[in-house]
Amino acid sequence: MTGILTFTAGFLAMAGIFAIMSLALNVHWGYTGLFNIGIAGFFAVGAYTSALVTSPMPAGVQAQYVEQAFGLDQPFLVGVLAAGIVSGLVAWIIGFPTLRLREDYLAIATIGISETIRLIFNNARWLANGPQGLVGIKQPLREWLIERGMPPNFYNFFYLVIVILLMVLIYLALERGIRSPWGRVLRAIREDEVVPETVGKDVFRFKMQSLVLGAVIMGIGGALYAHFARAIQPSVFTPLFGTFVVWVMLILGGSGNNKGAILGAFIVWAIWSGSAYLIRQVVPVEFSAQAPYIRLLLIGLLLLFILLTRPQGLLGEEKEVSRLT
Amino acid sequence: MSTQNGSTQQNGRSTPILRVRNLYKSFGGLMAVNGVTFQVQPGIITGLIGPNGAGKTTTFNLISGFYRPDRGEIFFKGEDIAGLPPHAIFHRGLTRTFQVARELKLMTVLENLMLVPSGQRGENLFYTWLRPDMVRAQEREIREKALAVLDFVGLSRLQNEYAANLSGGQKKLLELARTMMADPDLILLDEPGAGVNPTLMKQLVGYIRRLVEERGVTIFLIEHDMDLIMSVCERVIVMSSGALLAEGTPEEIRRNPDVLEAYLGGQYR
Repeated sequence: MTGILTFTAGFLAMAGIFAIMSLALNVHWGYTGLFNIGIAGFFAVGAYTSALVTSPMPAGVQAQYVEQAFGLDQPFLVGVLAAGIVSGLVAWIIGFPTLRLREDYLAIATIGISETIRLIFNNARWLANGPQGLVGIKQPLREWLIERGMPPNFYNFFYLVIVILLMVLIYLALERGIRSPWGRVLRAIREDEVVPETVGKDVFRFKMQSLVLGAVIMGIGGALYAHFARAIQPSVFTPLFGTFVVWVMLILGGSGNNKGAILGAFIVWAIWSGSAYLIRQVVPVEFSAQAPYIRLLLIGLLLLFILLTRPQGLLGEEKEVSRLT
Repeated sequence: MSTQNGSTQQNGRSTPILRVRNLYKSFGGLMAVNGVTFQVQPGIITGLIGPNGAGKTTTFNLISGFYRPDRGEIFFKGEDIAGLPPHAIFHRGLTRTFQVARELKLMTVLENLMLVPSGQRGENLFYTWLRPDMVRAQEREIREKALAVLDFVGLSRLQNEYAANLSGGQKKLLELARTMMADPDLILLDEPGAGVNPTLMKQLVGYIRRLVEERGVTIFLIEHDMDLIMSVCERVIVMSSGALLAEGTPEEIRRNPDVLEAYLGGQYR
């Protein structure tokens, strides 16, 4: 029974982390029309930054096996904050050459840079231990809670609370922004950026704000993932897991609707983790190496199905958005 | 609200609000605007006419900052604005509409207008988080103003409709309404009558006239409809093949043999 409960807590925590990613993509795509297909890059930057900032420099025997550029041994919150800042900085650098150009250039730049980031972490062993990645990433208050008598497998519940709190906080902050004149300018840029430019809005500046804000949130999501999984490797941050899944979540839930972004994340994550279990049951052992690709096929089909039957997603954009409440 | 009075209307020699000198713009080998010089007087309606490909819209794009001139000066209210980005030119009091209406499709008519006003504190994300009360108060003012403008152009009924659902003529009105949200000194109208039915056209002309008479706005408009040009414009500028062909009152333009040759094709002879 507790097994099912801790599994559920873990499942919900992961879904919550993806909901944060989906909310961030909604800032980029749903509200501003920025075609970011390199979410995995910001995801990885956030995860690695927080891991490096919070872990101590490997010592003793461990130092022979683990190489990392630095280890600052800082608390969890410092790591999460650093993850957001570094990810935002990466976005700012990408934004300069690309945001003045047509939107497809941003798409090409983001996917290219996200793959580059993954390959750097894979090949530069001195940076974060190469393909083996980092393990034993610290979890907030874990030791403290266990010392005070909490069973270790209950920790997921505590982490779930942290994730949900952050998700709600991000949701509220975004809602406030989107329903304000700030969000109105972003949506005008999405509809036709010539119009806001004509009526005196510095379109480049607003696009940059959107890109950076979304990336900061993606970085925070990455950090939350790293501290939840406790181990990260470059192979996690592939376009499939890091980018594509988040896109499906947003499109399913409803692009341009923050509630939809969260709803889509929980539904798609349920399908994603549920299908892994089902496929393992159905597919013969000798094909187990190929089995994960069936999931990809299923998610692709789901995306096609949504786009054909309900292109606005489960919850579409509300009609009158800019109404501050 | 601009309170410029109408006295400048009688006086054709007042300081021009817009002065364009030796303006050049080429696209590849094509000289779209070839050394154009003209002035627009404040407080009146000036028309810009010419055959297709004369460089009228290019001239508008140069004035409003969408294109950077190859050479030449554009003085607006005595200040050189050549080469500034459109949003900077807007803040100096110049706004424009487009030949094909550009409405923000998936935003309501009201939101289309509420976007416009400058100095919205809520455009700063930190204000929306830390001072929502202030943003809210300003939003109420902006909403009231937008409703008043919608009332002026007769679109109140459609305030909560998606702009995409408006008819072609209503979209033209929305463009005009958008310029009114800005309280500009000079409005460039690129074919305000294109695709508008005769009834709505009369209304549109009425609104444009009222803008000039009641609010002291200066209008500079491109139009192919000669009846509209002849009936509303005090001054007319004629371009042909990227160059200035003639300038004068509608009556003078109507009798100018060069214009007849290049443009009117004998229809008004």
